[in-house]
This record gives sequence, C-alpha cells and structure tokens, in this order.
Amino acid sequence: MVRLSAQFWLIQAFNGVSYGALLFLVGSGLSLIFGVMRIVNLSHGSYFLLGGYVALTVIWTTGSWALALVVASLSVAVLGLVMERLFLRPLGFDPLRQVLLTVGFAFLFQQAALDIWTGNNFDINPPDALTRSIVVGGLYLPLYRMFMIATALVIGLGLWLVMEKTRMGAAVRATVDDAQMARGVGIDTSRISMLIFALGAFLAALGGVIGGAFLGVYPGLDFEMLPIAFAVVIIGGMGSLGGAAVGALLVGLADNFGKALFPEISYFTLYAPMALILAVKPTGLFGRE
Amino acid sequence: MMTRERIKVLAVVATLVVIAILVPNTNSFVILLATRALAFSILVMSLDLLLGFTGLASLGQAAYLGVGAYLTAILATKYQFGLGLDFWLVVVLGILSGAALAAVFGLLAIRATGVYFLMITLALGQCVWGLAYRWNSLTGGDNGINLRGRPNVGIDLSNDVTFFYLVLAFFAVSLLMMYVLVRSPFGHSLRGIRERELRMRILGYNTWLHKYIAFVIAGAFGGLAGVLWAHTAGIVSPENVVLTTSVDALLMAVLGGAGTLVGGAIGAAIVFGLREYLSTLVPWWQYVLGAVYVLTIFYLPTGLMGIPERIRQHRARAGKPGEAKKLASAPA
Repeated sequence: MVRLSAQFWLIQAFNGVSYGALLFLVGSGLSLIFGVMRIVNLSHGSYFLLGGYVALTVIWTTGSWALALVVASLSVAVLGLVMERLFLRPLGFDPLRQVLLTVGFAFLFQQAALDIWTGNNFDINPPDALTRSIVVGGLYLPLYRMFMIATALVIGLGLWLVMEKTRMGAAVRATVDDAQMARGVGIDTSRISMLIFALGAFLAALGGVIGGAFLGVYPGLDFEMLPIAFAVVIIGGMGSLGGAAVGALLVGLADNFGKALFPEISYFTLYAPMALILAVKPTGLFGRE
Repeated sequence: MMTRERIKVLAVVATLVVIAILVPNTNSFVILLATRALAFSILVMSLDLLLGFTGLASLGQAAYLGVGAYLTAILATKYQFGLGLDFWLVVVLGILSGAALAAVFGLLAIRATGVYFLMITLALGQCVWGLAYRWNSLTGGDNGINLRGRPNVGIDLSNDVTFFYLVLAFFAVSLLMMYVLVRSPFGHSLRGIRERELRMRILGYNTWLHKYIAFVIAGAFGGLAGVLWAHTAGIVSPENVVLTTSVDALLMAVLGGAGTLVGGAIGAAIVFGLREYLSTLVPWWQYVLGAVYVLTIFYLPTGLMGIPERIRQHRARAGKPGEAKKLASAPA
C-alpha cells in the first residue's frame, strides 16, 4: 500500500509536471499541424521514436549527447518535410485518406526502425552533469527532470513569442483560423503548412531524444506515445498552443497519479476524462469551432 | 439495375460456396488463416456500416472485438462457462456486450463529426485498451488470457475444419443481415446522412438517432466477431484492442472498398494473407503491406471493389457523358 504522505504528493506532482513537459513537446507539434492543415497525423508517434533511434546512432558514433539532440531533431524534421511535400500535399483535403496515409507511413517507419535498429530496448544516457539530483526542501529532485521542464518552458515561450509577435506567426494564426481566407489575402499557406509540419516533426523527435532517457527507445513506443499525444491535444483543443500546454500538464499529472494510486485502471483514468471532455466540448478546452 | 444487383449477390454466394469447398481441402495453415480472416471480416464489415454507409470513420472499432473476446475468454477460463452448449449463450452475451458498450460510447461519440468523431472513438478505444492492459487480475494484463480448447456444442469445435465451418456460417449470416439492413429504408436513410446530413435533418429525420442505432448495431457485430476471434486465436490479449487493430480494420475496409460490405472481407483476406503468408517468405513483408496501403489511398480511393465501377465510368465518360453521371449515382 502506498503511503500518502506530503512527500508522496510532491514527488508525484513533480514527476507529473516533468512528464507533462515532455508531452508538451510532442503535443504542441501535433496540435499545430492539425490547426494549420486539419491533418490528424498518425505518424507523430513515429517521429518521436525515430528521433530516439537517430540520437542513439549519433551517440554510438560520436559519443556526444548534445550533438545527437540536434542531429536527430533536424533529420526527422527533414523527413516530415519530405512526407508533407511528396505525399500529404498532393492528396488534397480528405481527412480519412490523410489519416490512412499517415498511418500507412507509421507502419513503414515501424518496419524500417526494426530493420535498422533491431528489436532491442535501448536507453539514451544523458551527460553526467544532468544525471545528478538536487535536494530541495528534503526532496531529491533529479536534475534531468528539471532540465525537461526547462526545455519545455523555453520552447513553449519561444513558440508563443513567434506566434504572437512576428509576422510569420500572424500568418500561421490566420491559417489556423481560416485557411481559405488566409490564402485570399495573399498568405502562402502551402509554405506555412510545410514549415509547421517540419516543426511538428522536429518537436516530436526532440521529445523522443529527451524522453529516451527514462522511457527508453524500443519498438512499439511509437504507437504507445501516439494516443497519449492525442490525449494532450484533444483535451487542450486542436490548434491551440496554450491548450497543448494545459493538456500536457493535465495528462502528465493524470498519468502519474493514475499509475501511483490506481495502477489497475491507470490508462482508464487517463482516457476516460478525455472522452468526457470531448463529449461535452468536442473541440477541447481551448479549441475553436 | 435489378439484374446487376442479382449478379453481385450470386457472385458472393458462389464465392462463399467455393470457399466452403476449397478451404477444408487445403492444409491446416490455410484453414486457420481463412478462419481468422473470416472472424475479423465481421468486425471490418461492422465498421463498414459506419464508414461506408453512414460516413462515420471510427478509429476505435477494436474495442467491441475486445469486449466480446475478453468476455468469452474470462467466462471460459474463470468460470468454465461457454465450453459446452452454453457456448451459444456466450455468443448472445458477446453480441449484447458489444451493443451495450457501443450504446454507452455512442452517447459520447455521435455528437461529434468528421475528424472529431475519429478522435473521440480513438480515445474511447484506448480506454478499453487501457483496462485490458492494466487490469491484471481480470484480463491477465500484457500476457492476455489463454483459452484451453474450444467448446464442444454436441459437435466438437476443437477440430479446425469444423470450427472453420462455424465461423463461415456466422460470417455468411452476418453478411446477409447487414446486407438486408443497408438495403432497408433505414439503410437508405443512413446513406442520406452520409451524403448530406443537414438535408436529412431538414427533411425531418432524427439523424442523431439513426447514427446512434447504426453505431450500436456495428458494436453488436463487433462483439460477435470478438467471441469468434477468441476461439479462433486461442488467446486474447491487449493486442486485440490496441489502436493498430482498429486502424487495421479501417484500412481493410478502405482497401476492399468502403460501402460495399464484402469489400471489407476482401480487404481482410488480402491483409491477413499478406501478413501471415508473406511473413513466412520474406522478412520485408511489412513494407509490402505499407506500400499496399499507401498506393490504395493514392490511386484507389474507392478500394478494390471500386475498380469495375471506375472502369465503367471511364468507358462511359469516353462514350456518353450523361451515362457516367447515372452510373456514379447508382447504389453500390
């Protein structure tokens, strides 16, 4: 039986928030992609997994974790960009076909990953500087989890600034609101779609590298991550950056407390509230019609 | 018109007869493969009721298969129930449990449309998966539940050929029932909703109720598929309710041709064939499967069953322009 002391609640809350930080990286990209392109991207979990695998290869050959972080994110971003240009864009707007196409690719990526990196479980070891713990008020807090929270904060802040303060961001917001009208006033929505898709893949891969330290990197992680990323975006509302942040935090906490308090129905405690929110407000907490 | 429909029905009946005669004379590998494909086809056809006839793309159809399958497995292993004549009772319970689950999920999901329907069904499907995966004491968690042998309902179903006939019979009856359903006035209303829901609502149809009933019926057939699947595979695990199984069902329906019912069975046969047969031959079989999906979506949006129609349309367009329009609007 778990002893429900104050320490338990604090540690679980900290873990939940740091997991939420990771989920924000995955969810924000998925949310932006949906907002701009109305595409439900079922390859998003694959980007997460591929990010982890590419990082492993870089670490094995160069030994540098920081380099792996950059190379993995960028190469998966290029992969996403190519996928968007060659396959999704020519397909036109048809949600079902888009979904099926992205899932077809998810299967292809899964097999490719299995062939290249075998079926073994790997861990991505972060640099020693990040593996220590610091003591705050009697609690041992792993530095790595603080790093995750900091990364999410920096990226979230950066995205928010770009979205709210730049011309580019205004164009993206216009596309989210009404793509047709945005095209009408001269915004190159095709280019915006391409950039956002690449950005989404970049963030997912970044999450894959960072998450690889405690989730590991293994076959099947892609389809484990995908529904959780969906939960984040669905709760927050598709296309909303703030929604993704709130959704990530809620899912991160629900997941941690669910697993700690009700291990037998932990996934249920994660997805059932999400289904309820959707039933009451189909566009999510912060989504617009 | 009538004759073309009759030819189609005759072709399906003839194919079923050929399958019934041919398959038992092959080896045990093919018999098991055919049984699996047939059992799963019931799920795919139930999904086609939603996808092809009502225009609702569900990404959580595996939940109903899972409920039927887990019910069968839990009753059989924990209570020794459903291994004799009471197997028929399990079939009924499986159908009812699928329908009941769909009745609950439908309340949450039917309001949403398009992409949102897709996502809410995904979420609901994951709820069931989460329970199956984590509720160790009931579901055996990740390992699932092994069934020890098939029921003996007077006839011993542990014989693979006998069981194949049983599943084939269930498949044929399900196909017939769904065929009658989609040809009924109710089925036509569903198609009206698929084409233009707003117009149907203006005409005075309760479109919510129509969709809800279709959803529950699809769930019932999903439950039936689950009961059969449990005894076909001999093991029930979270693998049966996971997102990829729902996606598989969706892809099979689209591959065969949405809105055709039998297309779902053809899609299931092809995918199961590729997966189980090709995987024994080459290690890169999954690329073939992925490529089949991607190519289908790009070049055959109406699926394999849509090929004759496309050829006809192509010819008609070359000949008389008016003819093409008439054919295009003919019911599939």
